[in-house]
Amino acid sequence: MSATSELETPARLPAALKRGTSLERKTARFGWVFLAPFAIVFLVFLVLPLGYAFWMSLHTNTLAGGEKFAGLANYVKAFTDQRFLSGMTRVAGFAVVFVPLQIGLALIFALLLDDVRTRLSRFSRLLIFAPYAIPGVIGALMWGFLYSPSFGPLVSFFDFLNVQAPDLLGRNSIFWSLTNIVTWQWTGYYMIIIYASLQSIDPSIYEAARIDGATKLQTALQIKIPIVTSSLVLTMVFALIGTLQFFTEPQVLAPLAGNAIDAAYTPNLYAYNLAFSYQQFNYASAISFALGLMVFLASIIFLIATRKKSGLN
Amino acid sequence: MTTTPAPLLDDAVTASGPRRKRAAAKPRRERSVGLHILLAVASLYFLLPLWWLIVAGTKSTQGLFTGSGGPLWFDSNFALFDNLQQLATYNNGIYLRWLGNSFLYATAGGVGATVLAVLAGYAFAKYRFRGRTVSFMVLLASVMVPATALVIPTYVLFNNLGLTNTVWAVILPSLLSPFGVYLMRVYVQDAIPDELLDAARVDGSGEIRTFFTIALPLMRPAVVTVLLLSVVGGWNNYFLPLAMISDQTLLPVTVGLNAWQVQSNSATANSLVWNLVTSGSLVSVIPLIIAFLMLQKYWQGGLSLGSLK
Repeated sequence: MSATSELETPARLPAALKRGTSLERKTARFGWVFLAPFAIVFLVFLVLPLGYAFWMSLHTNTLAGGEKFAGLANYVKAFTDQRFLSGMTRVAGFAVVFVPLQIGLALIFALLLDDVRTRLSRFSRLLIFAPYAIPGVIGALMWGFLYSPSFGPLVSFFDFLNVQAPDLLGRNSIFWSLTNIVTWQWTGYYMIIIYASLQSIDPSIYEAARIDGATKLQTALQIKIPIVTSSLVLTMVFALIGTLQFFTEPQVLAPLAGNAIDAAYTPNLYAYNLAFSYQQFNYASAISFALGLMVFLASIIFLIATRKKSGLN
Repeated sequence: MTTTPAPLLDDAVTASGPRRKRAAAKPRRERSVGLHILLAVASLYFLLPLWWLIVAGTKSTQGLFTGSGGPLWFDSNFALFDNLQQLATYNNGIYLRWLGNSFLYATAGGVGATVLAVLAGYAFAKYRFRGRTVSFMVLLASVMVPATALVIPTYVLFNNLGLTNTVWAVILPSLLSPFGVYLMRVYVQDAIPDELLDAARVDGSGEIRTFFTIALPLMRPAVVTVLLLSVVGGWNNYFLPLAMISDQTLLPVTVGLNAWQVQSNSATANSLVWNLVTSGSLVSVIPLIIAFLMLQKYWQGGLSLGSLK
């Protein structure tokens, strides 16, 4: 930064600025030079696959007839397919539970850690974040073991309480068992984002609040939370996008929880199974395109709905 | 939001400043006992599976089922070294291949994605080229495109080109990181003043040289953050390699371990490898834990970049 002040003596500044703007026109094309590598990857690995998925979703492929244009037939099929619809309803249900639960806990922990600064709190911050460094597959595998009636400690815990242990991998509890895994995995990540944004608040605001007699709770509710709203909205969008494309945890637990997680448990799992177990790539494309569109619309709607509060544009 | 990301990052890096001193003031201590208990309970919850994994990694398959210390304590038969040896030799040491593959996919994809994000973020932040606004809006929208919607069509495209079941099938799609570009742009916008670049231009430095000698060094904290996040993303990737790779020797460790789980779950006694699933999981998370511990200051400050605009 000191270079700036050395190079720009006040006398040179206007000339430099003028030349800067004329130079700018010449140099603007360098913007594309720097952008080009990413733009190519973006076109090849995002635009092209999306376009191709859409194209595939408009066709059917049969052994006898080959690839044939089918209009919206695949979409009509998807939106009348009970398995797809129940998967969609399920992930919508997950979103209603996951998003407030994860962000709520993340916010509470972030506020606590922002407030209490001791060795324990620094240690807790690391521990709460640690699951983010664990691959989702391994997280799901570990919880699968913990839930398991043959290896798991949870069963002996219920025995200890003299209560009949619920089948944590059974039809009735699998929703909550999955909720627990995802909460464990992601809360820390969201917590760190919110925490970092709390840390950026100018502490003199708190002094002012304290002089005005605000309690800690009031400070948290009326000063801290409103200031970090944009982080909250961002983390909620992340959580929403992640939840709607829920895949890894149910896929990993499926062999352990055979009758509770079927091939169409989530839309993404359904698309995967259609494509790779049944070779129905066209229909699978329609499912993932429809899912992608809904994720996209849901996040846009969410962003617009919270625009005033978040200050994001 | 009036705060700029740059000082925020510094804040997190140094973790000092007036707040820290104030927080150490006395009257807080007593009131925070309840809060500490709450934090301790939360820490236990987040620690539980990790503790279980450490313990389970030291058990034989037999010990996992009927260990003398129960699921949360060590078995009298401490089998860690046995497990490590089996990991290195089972199926011609395929586990080591998997680790190597994960390393390759994570670093090649992560470094590539970071290089692209650095260049593109710099372009968006510092050049007023034609189509910039529209391109950036497209970029923002693409952050919301679920990655998994791309996997199936990418698989079919790669399959037509004969690229499935090669390392490229995992590495090339991992180069795409719109969120990385977004983070870099937000950071560069404030961390590198336009005047500095203009001054370099006036002094006759070319655009490319200006980027390497002046801009890039200033971008270091954000570069490390984006690199860490992309490498971790690559290491943790599951859906993409699951779809793309069926050749056992090209699997990353995540997909491989799950294959062992499936095998053990439906297996006859002699192909039970539960002990390898647990010890293999334990070994595979160690590099990440170390990376996160060593680079704490970067992710702690850097993750917040995206929330500020």
